[in-house]
This record gives sequence, C-alpha cells and structure tokens, in this order.
Amino acid sequence: MVDVTIGPAGAIQPAEVKDVELYHAKSWVTKYVFSQDAKVIAIQYSITALSIGLVALVLSWLIRLQLAFPSSLSAIGPGEYLQFITMHGMIMVIYLLTALFLGGFGNYLIPLMVGARDMVFPYVNMVSYWVYLLAVLVLVASFFAPGGPTGSGWTLYPPQAILSGTPGREWGIILMLASLILFIIGFTMGGLNYVVTVLQARTRGMTLMRMPLTVWGIFTATVIALLAFPALFVGSVMLLFDRILGTSFFMPAVVEMGQHLKYRGGSPLLFQHLFWFFGHPEVYIVAVPAFGIVSDLISTHARKNIFGYRMMVWAIIAIGALSFVVWAHHMYVSGMNPYFGFFFATTTLIIAIPTAIKVYNWVLTLWRGDIHLTVPMLFALSFIVTFVNGGLTGLFLGNVVVDVPLSDTMFVVAHFHMVMGMAPIFVIFGAIYHWYPKVTGRMLNEMLGKFHFWVTFLGAYAIYFPMHYIGLLGVPRRYFEMGDMAFVPRSATALNIFITMAALTVGFAQMVFLFNLIWSLFKGKPAGSNPWRATTLEWQTPETPPGHGNWGKELPVVYRWAYDYSVPGAKEDFVPQNQPAVARAA
Amino acid sequence: MSITILLVLAPIGAIVAWWLSQQRLTSKPWLEVGAIGEVPDTGASSLPAATIGLGVFLAVVSSLFALLISAYFMRMQVADWAQMPAPKLLWFNTGVLILSSVALQYAQVAARRGRMDGVADGLIAGGLFAFTFLVGQLLAWQQLNAAGYFLAANPANAFFYLLTGVHGLHLSGGLVALGRTADKVWRGFEVNQVRLSVQLCAVYWHFLLALWLVLFSLLTPWVGDFAVICRQLLT
Repeated sequence: MVDVTIGPAGAIQPAEVKDVELYHAKSWVTKYVFSQDAKVIAIQYSITALSIGLVALVLSWLIRLQLAFPSSLSAIGPGEYLQFITMHGMIMVIYLLTALFLGGFGNYLIPLMVGARDMVFPYVNMVSYWVYLLAVLVLVASFFAPGGPTGSGWTLYPPQAILSGTPGREWGIILMLASLILFIIGFTMGGLNYVVTVLQARTRGMTLMRMPLTVWGIFTATVIALLAFPALFVGSVMLLFDRILGTSFFMPAVVEMGQHLKYRGGSPLLFQHLFWFFGHPEVYIVAVPAFGIVSDLISTHARKNIFGYRMMVWAIIAIGALSFVVWAHHMYVSGMNPYFGFFFATTTLIIAIPTAIKVYNWVLTLWRGDIHLTVPMLFALSFIVTFVNGGLTGLFLGNVVVDVPLSDTMFVVAHFHMVMGMAPIFVIFGAIYHWYPKVTGRMLNEMLGKFHFWVTFLGAYAIYFPMHYIGLLGVPRRYFEMGDMAFVPRSATALNIFITMAALTVGFAQMVFLFNLIWSLFKGKPAGSNPWRATTLEWQTPETPPGHGNWGKELPVVYRWAYDYSVPGAKEDFVPQNQPAVARAA
Repeated sequence: MSITILLVLAPIGAIVAWWLSQQRLTSKPWLEVGAIGEVPDTGASSLPAATIGLGVFLAVVSSLFALLISAYFMRMQVADWAQMPAPKLLWFNTGVLILSSVALQYAQVAARRGRMDGVADGLIAGGLFAFTFLVGQLLAWQQLNAAGYFLAANPANAFFYLLTGVHGLHLSGGLVALGRTADKVWRGFEVNQVRLSVQLCAVYWHFLLALWLVLFSLLTPWVGDFAVICRQLLT
C-alpha cells in the first residue's frame, strides 16, 4: 500500500497484532463444561446468574405478599421475612447484576467487539466461572443450613449480623461471608481478563476511541470493581473472624440476654466504611455497563451515530473516578462528623453532571433519528426514563437534610430499585433481545417480547411510584409489619396490596420471558448474521453463532468508529467497522 | 476511612490518568475513516499480556492491603488497643525474605543472559528461602500464642495474625507459580520459554517484600507510638 495520511493521526504503519494460539477442546467436556472459550463461559455465567436471580425474584413475591397481607401467611414469620429481604438484595446486586453484566456480557462481547479470538488468559477465565458457581452454591446451601440464611439485611451490619437475635446467626452468616469471599476471588480472575483483553488484544485499527461504548462501559466497570471489591473482601474476612474466632474488629461490648458477650471495643462504623467503600462503587459497577450497552442499542435502533461519543467516554471515566469519593452518603445517619456529610453531599451531587451529560446525549441521539421501536429499543428507552426518575430521587437523598428524615424508609427502597434495580435490568433485557440472535442464531419472538416489555415497564412504575409515597408517609423499610401505627393511614395498606398485585404481574411476565428464551432457541426465526444491520464487529463474524476463535482464518481490521449509521452516500444505511473508506481520488 | 486508602488509590489513579493521557482521548473518531492499509496503532503496550495482567493484579493487592491498613489505623484509635511486642523472630524472617527476593533477582538476571543453570539455582534458593519465611511466620505465631498473645485477646493481636496471614497466603500463591516455573526448567524448556515466568515471579517477590516491609514496620510497637504523635500533631 502507498503511504497515506489519515486525518490528524498522521501516517501510521499498521501495527501487527500477533495471532494467538488457542486452546482447542478435545472432548465434549472441555468444549461445553470446562470450556476455555469466552463465549461458552459467558453463557454459563448468564444461565447461572439468571437461575439464582429467579430465586431472588420468588423471594420478592414472598416479601410483597407479607407486606400486603401482614401475618396472613403462616409460612412467613418475622425471621423468615428478614431472611428473604437479605437474600433478595444480596442475590440481585451481586450474584445477578454484577455477574451478568461483567461475567456474562463482558465475556461474550469484549473479545468479539474488540476483534480478539478469545480472552487473554482463557484458563483463568474458566476457573473464574467455576469459583463463581461455587460461590452461588455456597449461598444456596445457606437456605438449607440449620437456622436458614442470614437475616441481617444485605448490608450485613455488625453487631446485629452476628448476634443471636438475628436469624441465620449459626450458619447463614458464615456461609454468606464465605460465599462473598469466593465471589470476589472468582471475579478478580475474570476481571483481570476483561481489563487486559481490552488493553492488549484489540485487533488492528481498533484504537480505544474506536471501541463501542459497550466495551468502554464494561471495561471501566471492571476497573472500578477490581479496586472496590477488596473492601468487601476485607470487611467479610474481618466479620468472619469476629463471628468464628471471637475477635473484636467490629463488635463493641454487647450485653445480650443479660450476659456480657466476650466482645469489646470494636467499631461497627469501621464495617460501614468498608462496606460502603465497596457498596457505592458497586452501584456504578452495575450502572456503567448499562450506560455503555444502552448507548449502542439506541444508536443502532435509531440508525443514528451516538451524539457526543467523546463526551460519553469522558463521562464514563469521570463517573468511574468519582464513584470512589461518595461512599459516606450512605452513612449520614451513622453519627459521622457533619463536615464529612457536607463533603460527601457535594461529591454526590457532582456525579450528577457527567450522568446528566450522558442522558442529554442519549436524548440527542434519538433527536430526528430513524427510531425503530424494536424490543431492544423499547427497553433502552425505558432505561432512560427510569434512570432519570431514580436519579432525581437520588438528588433528594444526596442532600443531608433531606436524607435524614427519609433514611431507612420505603422512599429509599423505591429510589434504589428504580435507579439500580429496574434501570439496569431493563438494559439487561434489551441486551438479551439484541444479542440473542448472535448467541443462538435465532430471533426472540417479538410478540412475546413486546408483551414482556409493556408488562414489565408499566408494572415497574405501578410498583415503585406508590412506594415513594409510602416512604414519604414515613413507613420504614425492613419492618415485618406496621401494626396500628397512627401515622400510617389506612390508604397505605390499600396501596401495599396494589403494589403486590403489580409485583406478581411483573413476575408473571418474567415467566413469559423465560419461555421465550427457551422456545425461540428451537422455534425462533433464523436471524442471519446481522439482523439489526449493526456496525460493530460482533455482527461481522463469518459464522453465526461465532465459532471457536471467532474470526475464521483472518482477524478483522478496523477502519472506522462503531457508529457509522445513515452515512450520506453509502449504499446501505450503515457501514461496518471493518469496511475501509472508498478509495479517494488521488 | 483514613488517609491510607487515598495514598494508595492516588498513585493507581495517577497511573490510569497517565495511561489515558497517552490514548488520544481527544481524537475525533468520526472523522478518521481509513482506506485499505491505513491502520492506526491501537496503543496497546509492547509488554506481554501476562506482564500487564500481573500489574493489574498488583493494583488489586495494593487496594486490598491499603484497606486492611486503613482498618488497622481506624481500629487503633479505640481505647482498648494494646500493642503487643513483635517477636524477635520477625527480624530473621525479614532477612530470609530479602534473601529470597535477591535469589529471584539473580534468577531473572540469569534468564536474561540465557544461563539456564543460574535460573535453576536462583529459583531453588528463592523458593527455599520463601518457604523458610513462611515456616518462620508460623513459628512466630506459635511463640505469640505461647506467650499469651491470643488472637481474640486484643484487636492489636487480631490484626497481627490477620495481616501476616493474608501476606503469607499471597506468598503461598506465589510459591505455586514459582513451582510451575521451576517445573518447566526441570523438564528442559528453552530459556526463552521460561524467561517471562521467571521475570514475573521476581516482580511479584519484590512486591511482596516491599509489602512485608510496610507491614513489619506497622506491626512493631514504635509505629503505634509514632501514629499517636502524628495524631497529636494533626489535632
């Protein structure tokens, strides 16, 4: 080729990316069970995460039944109720959302989107999944252990987490902490893969600024997670020491049933700091991949380039950095120095700036776009609306004076379910509808998909809008039942019944979704290699579903960014990333 | 949380910021369409993936220990804290760990110069010294236990066992990697095939040595006194 200049980048010789030697599976077991292929690992992660997520979904029905019809279900006592809310929260946040976004979508999409044959450390990647599965099994085991799972709330605050009044004090809390420790070890193995693959295994021409925002989101979230999960690890190990070995890291002197326990001097506040130093970045570990994925869904289904790509990248990085300096806004009522509260309120509100930039850019991407209301697009749109809703109540709660009266009420529950429950879950659904054709070669049924969308979307609002109101009335969270509190009007009871009906309906819609997943695997419409006419590399594979090694003989070469939709003068309304520019007149 | 975690996150953040500054984040990708053969450099490092992987892992380990040390400083401020004396044996262990690091450095230099016998000697010596260190740490635990400094007796003791234990586990993991490398040397691999492994082992060993020096200085009583003085100066 002749020496040509490329825009501001200058004349640059093609960098050779060495092809890697792949491990080739020899038996069925090494191909589908102990597989080192990131795509198989991704499916294993996703199925495990969705299965344990189903357990958490059922738990949420039980929680809702208790709240609507207090004490009419003999199977749910106060202890069981606390166990259900604890397990529901922990499973949804860690074992479903984190595992599915990073382990599931990360494994499937990173190598395909950056044009790699596989992750850089496939063996470690395989071990990562099996350690995660072990963590899930240990967690499930706590349901069957004597005394049941822990009922300490998903925040596991000491001292109550390991006092005898809390359900699951015998085995539940030990298994929970062990499971978390395993999860973090497994995640670290996977996380090293995701980061180093993005850094080192990009194909020729795939500069960082040509990466789809999905990869940016998953990459940044992984970096956040790698630095934040150690805090949960440290907290879990020390709490385990307190519980099993009788140390007093977190346990103050406690009198229980008239007996002085052997603990003394420990600092429960120390645990809160450690927990939230992980806990707040965790919100962004879940949100940032969702930001990335939703950007790609909107751009593809509105046939328009993403508005402000550079701003989107910078905002993701800024959010990642800021997420480490806001953790104490979860601790305004912990007796912290008020000046700290002021500092953390400020940093919390500053995060609204990059986040708002992202929302503007999504909306401006839609502006005058050729919007196709496909199921992935519907979910992406619902994400924007829901995220804005949840984000606005976040501005309320970020301010100390507003947070103090609302702390530990149902308002907080409604807020975080909107912003980090429903919003990321909508993206997960959208992403599954979007990439299912690539994973299986078949489309998901659209009728069932639209039914699933409308019930889930409207249902989510029927559940959480009234819940904000109940919280404003002052109804506290985590209470087994309210009894005859004077400040809770009778209408709140009626609202609770309404919310429960909505929750059960939404739950039913998820069964339709599961049916669709399985039914379409066999009966779905064949998808072809690029049903959404998308530009990114995963849609340009020689085979669908992509074969072992992803790319056949030659790795793809990238010539352009990921958002060339509706290019004037182009033959089709999109240009794939691996298509070079037409030869310019000399 | 104390300032410690920020002290560790700041250098990590600085490395990330430096790396990002090299990545042309201000470029306008929508204007930069290449014709056939026009392929810009991806900006990937020329270092092998395993080296980058180890670097990222060390960042994670740094974060882990920074958080442990933050917790240590926070818990120290409660009145029931009673610093225990560090056993004399720790000085011997520290010396052994330094020797272990030196031996691996020797192996690394030998690998770079292509001397396979030097690699083997260095790996064996490094492994044995590291093993001696771990045994020495267990003996130190035993001595403390015999002297009545039980794990649950005081948070200072608990932190001593916790910090040394987590450090020891990381070194044990390193020994597994070292064993695999040594196994390759035994089975007659070429020096080119083991050079990277030896180099990464050496880097990991130096990191764990530096980490141990930090922990050792924190666990000896004079640091507690020093921290008290600092706090008085600051408040």
